[in-house]
Amino acid sequence: MSTSENTVAATPLYDDFDARLEQGLAMAEGEVITRAIARDIHLPHGAGTAVLISLDNGLDHRRPNTFGPGTLHALSRTLDQVQAREDIVAIAITGKPFITAAGADLGQIAKITTHEQARLVAQLGHGTFHKLATSRIPTFAFINGLALGGGLEVVLNCQYRTVCTTAAGLGFPEVFLGILPGWGGTWITPNLVGIQNAVKLIIENPMNQNKVLSGAEAYQLGLADAMFDGADYLARSIDWMARVIAGQITVERPEIDRSEETWSAAIKAGRRVADSKVAGAAPAPYRALDCLAAARTATREEGYLREDQGLADLVMTDEHRASLYAFDLVNKRAKKPAGAPDPALAGKVTKVGIVGAGLMASQLALLFARRLGCPVVMSDLDQARVERGVGYVTSEIEKLLAKQRISPDKANGLRALVSGTTDQADFADCDFVIEAVFEELGVKQQVFAGLEQHVRPDCILATNTSSLSVSAMAAGLQHPERVVGFHFFNPVAVLPLLEIVRGAATGDAALATAFGVAKQLKKNAVLVLDSPAFVVNRILTRLMGSVLACVEEGTPLEVADTALRPIGLPMTPMALLQLVGPGVALHVAETLNEAFGADRFPVSKSLQALVAAKRPGFYELDEKGRPFVPDEARALLVQGDVASTPEQVLTRAEDALADEIGRMLAEGVVRAPMDIDLCLILGAGWPFHTGGITPYLDRRGASERVLGRRFLPQGVASLPA
Amino acid sequence: MRPTSHDVVFVDGVRTPFGKAGSLYAETRADDLVVHCIRELLRRHDQLPPERIDEVAIAATTQIGDQGLTIGRSAALLSGLPKSVPGYAIDRMCAGAMTAVTTTASGIGFGAYDIAIAGGVEHMGHHPMGEGADPNPRFLAERIVDDSALVMGKTAENLHDRFPAITKQRADEYALLSQQRAAQAYANGVIQEALVPVGVRSTELGWGLATVDEPPRPDTTLEALAGLKTPFRPHGHVTPGNAAGLNDGATACLLASAEAAAEFDLPVAMTLVGFAFAGVDPAVMGVGPVPATEKALQRAGLTIDDIQAFEINEAFAVQVLAFLDHFGIAQDDPRVNPYGGAIAYGHPLASSGVRLMIQLARQFRDRPEVRYGITTMCIGLGMGGTVIWENPHWSGKDN
Repeated sequence: MSTSENTVAATPLYDDFDARLEQGLAMAEGEVITRAIARDIHLPHGAGTAVLISLDNGLDHRRPNTFGPGTLHALSRTLDQVQAREDIVAIAITGKPFITAAGADLGQIAKITTHEQARLVAQLGHGTFHKLATSRIPTFAFINGLALGGGLEVVLNCQYRTVCTTAAGLGFPEVFLGILPGWGGTWITPNLVGIQNAVKLIIENPMNQNKVLSGAEAYQLGLADAMFDGADYLARSIDWMARVIAGQITVERPEIDRSEETWSAAIKAGRRVADSKVAGAAPAPYRALDCLAAARTATREEGYLREDQGLADLVMTDEHRASLYAFDLVNKRAKKPAGAPDPALAGKVTKVGIVGAGLMASQLALLFARRLGCPVVMSDLDQARVERGVGYVTSEIEKLLAKQRISPDKANGLRALVSGTTDQADFADCDFVIEAVFEELGVKQQVFAGLEQHVRPDCILATNTSSLSVSAMAAGLQHPERVVGFHFFNPVAVLPLLEIVRGAATGDAALATAFGVAKQLKKNAVLVLDSPAFVVNRILTRLMGSVLACVEEGTPLEVADTALRPIGLPMTPMALLQLVGPGVALHVAETLNEAFGADRFPVSKSLQALVAAKRPGFYELDEKGRPFVPDEARALLVQGDVASTPEQVLTRAEDALADEIGRMLAEGVVRAPMDIDLCLILGAGWPFHTGGITPYLDRRGASERVLGRRFLPQGVASLPA
Repeated sequence: MRPTSHDVVFVDGVRTPFGKAGSLYAETRADDLVVHCIRELLRRHDQLPPERIDEVAIAATTQIGDQGLTIGRSAALLSGLPKSVPGYAIDRMCAGAMTAVTTTASGIGFGAYDIAIAGGVEHMGHHPMGEGADPNPRFLAERIVDDSALVMGKTAENLHDRFPAITKQRADEYALLSQQRAAQAYANGVIQEALVPVGVRSTELGWGLATVDEPPRPDTTLEALAGLKTPFRPHGHVTPGNAAGLNDGATACLLASAEAAAEFDLPVAMTLVGFAFAGVDPAVMGVGPVPATEKALQRAGLTIDDIQAFEINEAFAVQVLAFLDHFGIAQDDPRVNPYGGAIAYGHPLASSGVRLMIQLARQFRDRPEVRYGITTMCIGLGMGGTVIWENPHWSGKDN
C-alpha cells in the first residue's frame, strides 16, 4: 500500500458530526478525561514546525488513558484547531509514560442503555479518528507504550507510525470482551498488514488468553513504519518524522495480498479458531470476521460504517455485558479475595515441605521453588519414589532451560532448592508443609499426625485435597488451627485458581499465611467453606452427573455430550471427564454422593464400568484426531430407552447448575455468586461471555425457574432493564 | 612488560540543550540527559563497535537521586551499551566533566583503555548546589575556610575585592559580550551541531522536544544588566546577569588513543597536550584558573603566548576578567570564548567542562592558524583546572 492515498483532503465521515460530539457529552458524566495536550515542536533537519499531541489523563501508569465521549470530544476539538493551522507541517500523537492508550472507557460503555447510545460511541471514535486518517497535514503516531483496542486504533488511523521496541501490551482485546474493534481496527488492520495477520490480531490473539504484542513484534508485523529504543524514543521518533517531512525518508510498505483466495482462506481459518473457542455461543468473533471479510473491497468509510453497526449491536448483547463483569472479576475481585484475613497476620515462609513425591507433588515442588525461591523438601515412603519425584522436577527444569525460559544460573539455583527425603525429621525447620498423598481421609490424618512429631507448632499444614473434609483432617491434632485446604487445579503451572479452605478450627494466622503464599505463587485464591468438593469440582460433578443421567436414561452419548454446546464451555463434559481421569471423577462423585445423596449426585454405573475397565474415557481419537466412541466403550454404557432431546439435556444441565449454586450460596460455601463465577473462570476456564456461569443462568431463566430469583440483579452482568 | 604511553585524542563531543533549573527539564531525569548524549555519540560514530568502549566516566556534583547509583555505570546500562562496558561516577564540582576527561585520558595515555566516554551532568533543578551536604563544623570553627567560601556568589564578590580594577561595569560589559557572541554563534549554526535534541515532558504542556539552549538572553543591554540586583552583597558587583545561572544539562565526549582512532576511522578534533589542577583559597575560588594554567603550561613546556585559543568557563564575569588581567589579555579578545560562554548558555556544574572542549574543538576547526588552545575553569572549594589541547587542523604542521 502506498502511503499517499491517505492524504486526500479531509471530508467528515458524518454530516452532523459536531452535533454528535456535543450529544456525546451527555454521556460523559463521571468519565476520567484523557486530555489531548497540543504543543508546538521545532523539527530538526529544517523540516518546520509540528504539533505534538500528548494523551494524558493525569494519573499514573496503573490508570491508563482511555477514550470516553468526553475525551473524544476534547481530542476532536484539538484536531480541528490544529488542522486549521497553515503554519505546521505535521501532527503527531503519543501517550503518557509507558501508556499510549488502553482503548474505550469500559466503565462508560457499561452504562450504555440503548442501541442509539452504543452507535453514538462508535461514531464518536470513528469521526474523531477519521480526521487523523484523512488529514491534509500528515499525521504520525508514536506508540510509546501500551496500546490496546481503541488505543491501537487511534494510532492506526494516523498516516505514519513509530513504535518503542519495549512497548508492552499492543493488541485488540475487543473480541475477548465480546465486542469488535469498532474505531477502524477491522478495516485498517487487514489493509495495512494483510488479512492473515489481521485475523491473528483481531480473532486469534484475543481468544488465546488475550495475547498481546510487544513493540518489536508489532513492528515485525508491519503495524509501525519505524522502531526506536526506549532510551531516547521520543527524540528519535521526532527526528524520524522530521526526515519523512523533509523528504529524506520515504516510507515503503510491502504490498499486501488482496486476492479473494487468500482473503477467504484467512477468514475461514479465523472462523475455525472462533468455533474451537466458543463454538458459535458468542457473537463477537463472528461479527468481527464479517467486518474483516468485507474490508477487502470496502472503502475506509464503508468499513467504518459497518463497524458502527457491528459495535453497536455487540455492545447491546448480554454476552458483552457478562464479559465486562468477568473482566472486572478477574482484574479486581481476584486481586482482593473476599473474606481473606488481614495480610499482616501472615507468617514468613522460608522453607516448604511436600509430603508425597507423585506427579502432583512434583508439580507443586517446582512451582514453590520457582515462585517462593526457598528450599523445598519432598518426602515419600521409599528412596525410589523420592528419586522419581525429584527427577521429575529436575527434568522440568531442564525443559525450561532448553526453552530459554530460565538462565543456566537460575536452573542451577532451582535444582539446588529442591531435595528429597524419606525422613520427615527433615521438615523440622519448614514453615509450610503441604500434603499431596492418596485421596483418603485416614491416610491424610495419619500424615498430619506424623508431621506434628517433627514440625514447629506454628508450621502451616496444608492439604491439596480436592474433596475431603479439612476439618476432619485436622481433628485430633495438637494444633488443628494451623491446618488449611490449599486446592490447586491441574495443570498446576497453568490454571490460576487456588481454593483456600477454612476448616472448623483453622486460625486467622494460618489462613493469612495461606493467602500470602498464594499471592507469591501468583495464584488467584478464593476463600471457600470446608464442604465436600468445595466449588469447582462440586459444580463440574453435578453438571457431569446431569449429562450422564440423560445418557443412562437412553440419550445417545454423543447427543447428550454435545447438547451443552450453546453454553460455549471450553470442552464437553465427557472430554472433561477424560482430562481429569475417570478414576478421579468417580472418586469425587462418590464423595459428593455420600455427602448429598443420590438425587443430586448419583453414582453412574457407566462411569464405574469405565473405571473398572481401566479405560481413559469414553472417547478415542480417529486418525484425523476426531473423537469417536469405540464399541468397547459403548458396551460399558448402562442405558435405558428414554432419549432426551439436546434441548432437554441442556435445560436439565442448566437447572442442575442453578440448583447446586443456589444451595452452595445458601450453605455459605463462598460469599457471593461472583466467587462462584471467579472459580469457574480461573479454575475451569469457563468463558467470559457466560460471565463464569451465573450471568448465563440468569439470562437463560434457569435461576428464575429453579430458585424463583436471579443470582445477579439485572444490569450487573447483563443489559440494563 | 610495562605499558608505553599513547597520544590521546578528543574525537567528538555532544551536549543536551541547557535548561533553566526547574523549567525545560523539570520533569526530565538527569540520567536520561546523559543517556541521550551517549547514544548520540554512538550514532555519530556507528563504525565504532560499542563493546570496544573501555570506560564510561560521568561526573555529577550531587550524586543522589537521578544523579546517584554510580551514574557512569547506570547511564551506560541505560544507554544500551553492552553489559561488559564498565563505568563510574566522578565529582570535582564544576570541573566534573573536565576531570572525567583528564582521568579517562590518563588511562588511555597509560594504555589501560583504547576508547572512553567522559562527560557530566547537573540537574540543578532537581539538585540545588550542596543538596544533602553536611559540611564539617571544623571548616568554620577552626577557620579552615572563610564563611563565604561555600557560597559561590560570595567568593565572586571577594574576587572583586581582591582586584579593585575589575569593576561592575567591566563585568557587565563582559556579560553583554558573551550574550552577543552566543547569539552570533547560534545565527552561524556553530552551537547547534553539538546539540542532542531531548524529548521532554511536562504534565501541563505535554511532551516536547528540547532543541535549543533556554538560558541565553540575546536581546539584553548594558542598561538592563546594570539594573539587576546584587543578591550576594548589598550594592555589590555580582548579578544574575554577569554570572552563569542555575541550570540543567548534560555533556559527553568520545576520547581515544591515536591508534584506536586510526583503527576505527574516528575523526580527531583535538589532541591532548597536558593538564593541571591547582588549589587556591576557597574564599576566592574564581582565581583558580590562573595557577592551574601556569602549572599546565609549565609542565607542557609552553608559555601563555603559545596559546591562541581560549575557552574559559564563565561561572562569573569577574573570574574570567581576573584570568585575562593576569595574563594581560584584553577582555574583548576574539580568541577568548568567541562563541560566548556560560553567562549565556548556562553552567550545569559538572557538565560544563566538555562544553568548553566542544567549543574549543570548533575554534580549532574554524582557525587552522591556531596550534594550541586551552579549556580552563574555576572550581568550588578553591580550585582551578586547565587542559591544553593541540589543533590537528593546524596549518603550520607541514612547515
